[in-house]
Amino acid sequence: MDLRVCHIYPDLMCIYGDRGNVIALTQRARWRGIDAEVRELHEGEALEPEWADLYFFGGGQDLGQDVVSRDLQGPNGAALRRALASGAAVLSVCGGYQLLGREYVPAEGPSIAGLGALDVTTRAGKVRFVGNLLAEAPQGTLIGFENHSGYTYLGPAARPLARVIVGHGNNGQDKTEGAVQGRIVGTYCHGSVLPKNPWLADMLLLWALERRHDAVRLEPLDDAMELAAQRSAAEVARTRP
Amino acid sequence: MTLRTIAAVGAGKVARAGLHALGRGGTALPGLVTLAVDPDLIGHLSARLAHGAVLVSGTNGKTTTSRMLAEIARSAGRTPVHNRTGSNLERGIAAALLADADAAGRPRGDVGIFEVDEASIPRVVARLEPRVVLVTNLFRDQLDRYFEVDQLARRIADAFARLPAATTLVLNADDPLVARLGERHAGPVLFFGIDDASVGGKVPQSISDATHCPRCGARLAYTRVVLAHVGDWRCPACGLARPARDVAAARVVLAPDRTRLELTGAGALVEVPLGGLYNAYNALAAVAVARALAIDDATVGRALAAFRPPFGRLEVVEADGRRLRIVLVKNPAGFNAAIGALLERGGRHRILAALNDRDADGRDVSWIWDADFEALAPAVERAVVTGLRARDLALRLKYAGVRAADLEVVDGWREALRHAIDMAAPGGEVTVLTTYTAMLALRGALSDMGYVGRFWED
Repeated sequence: MDLRVCHIYPDLMCIYGDRGNVIALTQRARWRGIDAEVRELHEGEALEPEWADLYFFGGGQDLGQDVVSRDLQGPNGAALRRALASGAAVLSVCGGYQLLGREYVPAEGPSIAGLGALDVTTRAGKVRFVGNLLAEAPQGTLIGFENHSGYTYLGPAARPLARVIVGHGNNGQDKTEGAVQGRIVGTYCHGSVLPKNPWLADMLLLWALERRHDAVRLEPLDDAMELAAQRSAAEVARTRP
Repeated sequence: MTLRTIAAVGAGKVARAGLHALGRGGTALPGLVTLAVDPDLIGHLSARLAHGAVLVSGTNGKTTTSRMLAEIARSAGRTPVHNRTGSNLERGIAAALLADADAAGRPRGDVGIFEVDEASIPRVVARLEPRVVLVTNLFRDQLDRYFEVDQLARRIADAFARLPAATTLVLNADDPLVARLGERHAGPVLFFGIDDASVGGKVPQSISDATHCPRCGARLAYTRVVLAHVGDWRCPACGLARPARDVAAARVVLAPDRTRLELTGAGALVEVPLGGLYNAYNALAAVAVARALAIDDATVGRALAAFRPPFGRLEVVEADGRRLRIVLVKNPAGFNAAIGALLERGGRHRILAALNDRDADGRDVSWIWDADFEALAPAVERAVVTGLRARDLALRLKYAGVRAADLEVVDGWREALRHAIDMAAPGGEVTVLTTYTAMLALRGALSDMGYVGRFWED
């Protein structure tokens, strides 16, 4: 069995340790004897929609988001939409999450169109949300560090990834954190999110492997260190938010 | 000198004496007290320094470079006023000026060497008129505090546009974010950089923060990458390029504990008893600032040859016949530079790694995933991990490929040091990689265990 991961815009959209998500996905595949290959897509290069099982789309600085949003207005946006429609999975974080949504409405000036793959809309907020983010999902605890000034609101087609316990999450109002729609996941958890939340890593791995393989079963791994790190980070969030 | 400044000096001195009586170092609180009484104090006191004030800023290399400059100033017969314990916010500068001033606020020193936190540059340059401002580099660091490095660069450039023309800027030509900071400065700008074509690789490292043109946003082209996004860069779209260097190393020769630089032009040779490419940049920056202060290269060479590293910057502590080499790591670029220096030594290493998430470390520990632990992992023989976020760090090492059997999480500073010392054979060495507040805690524990003195006695 093999896994193909495409890290999109790695030099523009990859801050606050987002790179660790790709490390977590490939290591957790390899520890189970699954070959993993990672390719990078830079702006201006052509995205091949047939190749990857899983896309990783991280957060970026202002300059990066502008460049990427322009690139996604072109053929790469259409190719990514085709890839998602044919069953590829996506993990998007922060800026990547916003760009997969319908639109981003800045404080002034015209709104920026997103890819529209997630039924979410983001508006520029006045207060930047910075701090540990602890949330609870049906599958397990979600822990990370948020750092965003965009407030994201979910439409009816998207459901929240988790419910906020400490921190702000999507918008600081409705206690939702992140979004799931089909095999697309969006979250505000940097951290990196996947190493300390192994259930999320394995959920994405399973979805990705199912694209080209039948009857996929993931062998359990020894997650004692992952869960110890998750517990200690959750404790930090509760006691020093 | 206003009455207010004299009152502020008095209040600060009382706070400082009180802290010392309590056995505390007191590097910042007296400064805070002083600034509360007179917010203009650092301007008033520094204006009385005969040779003016030098501000040393940038993400990495501030403490080492400002220590080099203090030594250089001493060699040139000057008396530096220096915030030497690395307390680099406005209050740390106030504390240093305060400690140096007499009761009437007259300085005993004649040149200020002030390390300034990069986010504090706008505030500090609004308060005092520096003779020289150095920016070493800008990397992502504690992004929860500074937000984005692009934004930080814009704020610094705005502050530099308001500097008087008498101020000389000294900037790293090899860092595209830093090289542009002086574009709107009315006075002189001196650039430094490494011109040795054999130094560096071809591809920007994954942690790069500025692989895109800071002017037009196009992807930068590199003929050489030295560290992260620092190197010989050029924008193919708008033509922005690495500026001509006023101070450059034509050749860099690296040895484990020594770096030799052959400077272009006069051909002077500078040698500093510190390993690591990043120390080549620190030394070049010091040479450039010294020239701006009209100190000749020969004096600089003498001072650098005798340089001793400050605490946590490759300082070696002897403990029970083992050597602990202490390396402060604050961000991915600093970490990669530090492990680059470690890997140059070859062999496999015993590591004590300490990760804290206090404000001064950065509350967001995600940076460890940007650091290249994958390069370090094959060279790790055994690792002890400690600190408030020890378990995050242990996980990082696991995903980088360190085997669980070679990895031990130990809570408590003394306990962790004990384990680290015991894992090395007598005569052996342990590399201690630590964030800032963890370094202070480790230093405190080393002092309690009788291996070092208190840090403000440095």
